[in-house]
Amino acid sequence: MDTPFTLAGKTFTSRLIVGTGKYSSFEVMKACHEASGTQLVTVAVRRLDLTAKGAASLLSWIDAQKIQLLPNTAGCYTADDAIRTCRLAEELGLSKWVKLEVLGDEKTLYPDVEETLKAARVLVKEGFTVLPYTSDDVITAKKLADMGCAAVMPLAAPIGSGLGIRNPHNLRLILEAVKVPVIVDAGVGTASDAAIAMELGCDAILMNTAIAAAQEPARMALAMRLGVEAGRHAFLAGRMPMKAYATASSPLAGLVGLVGH
Amino acid sequence: MATIEVQLNGKPREVPAGLSVTGLLEFLQVPMGRVAVEQNTEVVPKARHASTLVKAGDVIEVVTFVGGG
Repeated sequence: MDTPFTLAGKTFTSRLIVGTGKYSSFEVMKACHEASGTQLVTVAVRRLDLTAKGAASLLSWIDAQKIQLLPNTAGCYTADDAIRTCRLAEELGLSKWVKLEVLGDEKTLYPDVEETLKAARVLVKEGFTVLPYTSDDVITAKKLADMGCAAVMPLAAPIGSGLGIRNPHNLRLILEAVKVPVIVDAGVGTASDAAIAMELGCDAILMNTAIAAAQEPARMALAMRLGVEAGRHAFLAGRMPMKAYATASSPLAGLVGLVGH
Repeated sequence: MATIEVQLNGKPREVPAGLSVTGLLEFLQVPMGRVAVEQNTEVVPKARHASTLVKAGDVIEVVTFVGGG
């Protein structure tokens, strides 16, 4: 049995955080959320389209009984814009949980660490539960944890790239260095990537494109759920040491044809 | 009817003078519910929508949740 995943004093049985973007329809999104077993989904804050009358509401497709919303600051390039977005998100969602994301450039969507730290400091002071997307740099992760972020969310590869866990060693350094949960945010492409991150000891994984851009999104959502669970159990079980040479799995004693034993 | 110009979601827009935030949302036919309003970079909490007046030159943002990762 696993211990529940505790984030900012709240416990979750699922360790898979899923996005709400890039699905072909709200129906597909809902099916993915159900298949993934997620209890926490990210949403973005955007200007209301004032020309669209009676547009379908995202929120009516999210089961509020089972799933908590995590507003993000995706698309923000300055601390000030991210802070404004968080304040609007609080007004919208009546919760102080935010995924802080302050980007550096459009090509890599790498975090601007300086602006991220600046925004995190203000938001923590304002009482937000700050879950920051960050680089896989242990020093930055430590700073974010030390200033009171509820978790650190290093990328495993660029957002939407599906390149997988490119630098497990960096994730290990972060896992050793911080006491808050470590959530891999970005880069996972398939279920084995999720398993690898969880085997390293990461507490949870956040993903969007890997599910939304799969050929069969709901099946991939299920695969991700199983990958996260498999990786988590493997981490708890403790893997065998790797060895350079073979060790037989069957006993030598009693082997047919052995003489004089 | 006297009108004023405000900057609404990044675009100039003529709206009737003397509206509250509540009045503005009604004028825009914004479905009530999950929207948040910012006036000159400060959030206007729902409880103050009725008592907050929209003035000429205000920069107003009306936002909602959309899909994202």
